[in-house]
Amino acid sequence: MSFQLETAAHPERLRRVAIDPVSRVEGHGKVTILLDNQNKVHQVRLHIVEFRGFEKFIQGRPYWEVPVMVQRLCGICPVSHHLAASKALDLVVGAKKLTPAAEKLRRLMHYGQMLQSHALHFFHLCSPDLLFGFDSDVTRRNIVGVAAAHPETAKRGVLLRKFGQEVIRVTAGKRVHGTGAVPGGVNKSLTIAERDELLKEIYHIVQWSREAVHLIQKVHMQDPGLYNSFGIFRSNFMSIVGNNGDLDFYHGSLRARDDNGTLIFDGVDYQQYAKYIEEEVRPWSYMKFPFFRALGREKGWYKVGPLARVQNCNQISTPFAEHERKEFVDYAGGSPMHAPLAYHWTRMIEMLHAAEVIKELLHDPDILSNDLMVHGERQMEGVGVIEAPRGTLFHHYQVDENDVVTMANLIVSTTNNNQAMNEAIRHVARRYLNGREVTEGLLNHIEVAIRAFDPCLSCATHALGKMPLEVELVDAEGGLVHALSRS
Amino acid sequence: MSQSFVLDGKGIPFEDGQTILQAAGNAGVFIPHLCFHPEFKPHGSCKLCTVKVNGRHTASCTMRAMPGMVVESNTEELNGERRALTQMLFVEGNHFCPSCEKSGNCQLQATAYHLGMMSPHFDHFFPNRAVDASHPEFLLDFNRCILCSLCVRASRDVDGKNVFALSGRGIKTHLIVNAKSGRLADTDFSLADKAASVCPVGVILRKRQGFAVPIGERRFDKAPIEASAKEA
Ligand code: SF4
Ligand code: FES
Repeated sequence: MSFQLETAAHPERLRRVAIDPVSRVEGHGKVTILLDNQNKVHQVRLHIVEFRGFEKFIQGRPYWEVPVMVQRLCGICPVSHHLAASKALDLVVGAKKLTPAAEKLRRLMHYGQMLQSHALHFFHLCSPDLLFGFDSDVTRRNIVGVAAAHPETAKRGVLLRKFGQEVIRVTAGKRVHGTGAVPGGVNKSLTIAERDELLKEIYHIVQWSREAVHLIQKVHMQDPGLYNSFGIFRSNFMSIVGNNGDLDFYHGSLRARDDNGTLIFDGVDYQQYAKYIEEEVRPWSYMKFPFFRALGREKGWYKVGPLARVQNCNQISTPFAEHERKEFVDYAGGSPMHAPLAYHWTRMIEMLHAAEVIKELLHDPDILSNDLMVHGERQMEGVGVIEAPRGTLFHHYQVDENDVVTMANLIVSTTNNNQAMNEAIRHVARRYLNGREVTEGLLNHIEVAIRAFDPCLSCATHALGKMPLEVELVDAEGGLVHALSRS
Repeated sequence: MSQSFVLDGKGIPFEDGQTILQAAGNAGVFIPHLCFHPEFKPHGSCKLCTVKVNGRHTASCTMRAMPGMVVESNTEELNGERRALTQMLFVEGNHFCPSCEKSGNCQLQATAYHLGMMSPHFDHFFPNRAVDASHPEFLLDFNRCILCSLCVRASRDVDGKNVFALSGRGIKTHLIVNAKSGRLADTDFSLADKAASVCPVGVILRKRQGFAVPIGERRFDKAPIEASAKEA
């Protein structure tokens, strides 16, 4: 097999370490590591059990139910699924172009979602590792520890998230499981009172987001040896970009670059995604491995999410975020940055951009308009793509003449990053675990790499680092040699 | 109006022929119910409206009021039984409120809220019944039927059509469409039918309307079900 450390030559002779489940990672994340008697690492795999059943579940359901139903896919960013499905089904109801009010209200909802998800990801789930160190005292390495040591940082994290959730509430009707977007538009606009409440807060939300960028920038620059190399691998990257190549989370065309930043494709209408992207099934994982057809399965895998987006766009339309993007590009020194920990820096640039866009939208009278729905000629198929907090998200549906969904295909951000996350943890395992006695702190390094990409795997209820972690070292016969657990 | 009975310690006047449920409703006292509808003959099947009359359980939607009756309704015991019945209805079908388009307008959901139902308690049956999407204007999602027979009564007694029927017995009872094919498209069901608007849950649904009304403006967002006592 071509991917190093994906498959060991003689697994039967090796000991097995399973990190199960990965703490602060939702869904069923599990890492297995095969070690020999000298603790040399032979195989590392991230297994994620998810989603496949969901596509089946959607089949046979009426299409208008889908945008609400798919929110159950993710506890952290249900709005992304809500909107990606709505965009696909807009095409089914013939709504090629939404009213300006509907498009802006959806955008507002989505950017509120980006803000809350990025704040949660950074402050609640990752700041403990970044502020205290990856193998710092595990009892302190959680948001409660951050609140004790850096109360202002923790408080802002909470309030940024709360603001994002409030934006979602006024656009979708509820903080979770709202219903705002419907095929062809949205079902509500903002009242003046709702808008004014948000306007009161948005200025310091923007300011705090700027300071969050500076915080992570400083942390990153203080330890370039770690931050520029931890878990590093080079890869292609992909995102949608908006008009003129702007950073855009809600709509645009597909653009992909290789590891040097050279374009692989650009301006691709995402209705055609299947011509460009193929999904490979591997026997050991429930999650598929997508790759660019043009490059094949060995060379064609890619990463998505903040690090991909911020380096894929030509510019950011809002001034503060654009300034920070330039600083980042400058630091990267003219070629793309591939370090997984740089995801955090770019994530905070995106959070700032989201805050600035929300500010602009709150000043736009269209969000108060009641011109919310359009319909056109009914179609049988639609693809909706959105940049979710963790990366590009595809929803593809076919709907029969009786309005029932007959085919659903979803490529979620985590799937897009599947190979990338596997590469990152293999790098970390090689560098930190190889030949050493495995400790909780060392294993947390693996999780730090995963969390750089994906808190999605991280459920809000487990956000306090309280999720039990079990690690088992199993010898060649499958007998338990040593067990580590935290609870 | 000199006749009255006592309901939870309060005098309730009534007219000849009124049921306990109706008289209580007129007086503004809500008794939970699902298969009762003021425009149709009572069916007495869901048992949600069960009260105790002089110490004995009885369905208040079918029991005529009588002078001097002593009726208990809003008691811990009776509400506990109603809650258990509601929980059973939830697990027998697929009532996933967060993704159901009837949410906020659903009597089963509103009743569950009224009764303080916090979880389904019992194991879900997770039935897997295909929807009937054959009709151009209406969808039938059989997964949510609570067998109240209101659509059967409406179609037969008001629309004069007999589009729906309950078939089978006991736990096998299910709703069917009276057509050779069993499909709604092959009946004369239409938008103007009473049966088109009578379903208390999310089975008989106008197509392409789901989620058009935002959260906050749906029927039970505005007032809880107990505020509708007078509609009984
Ligand atoms: S379809 Fe609705 S009205 Fe008819 S029996 Fe079932 S729940 Fe009652
Ligand atoms: S309402 Fe009386 S039995 Fe159903």
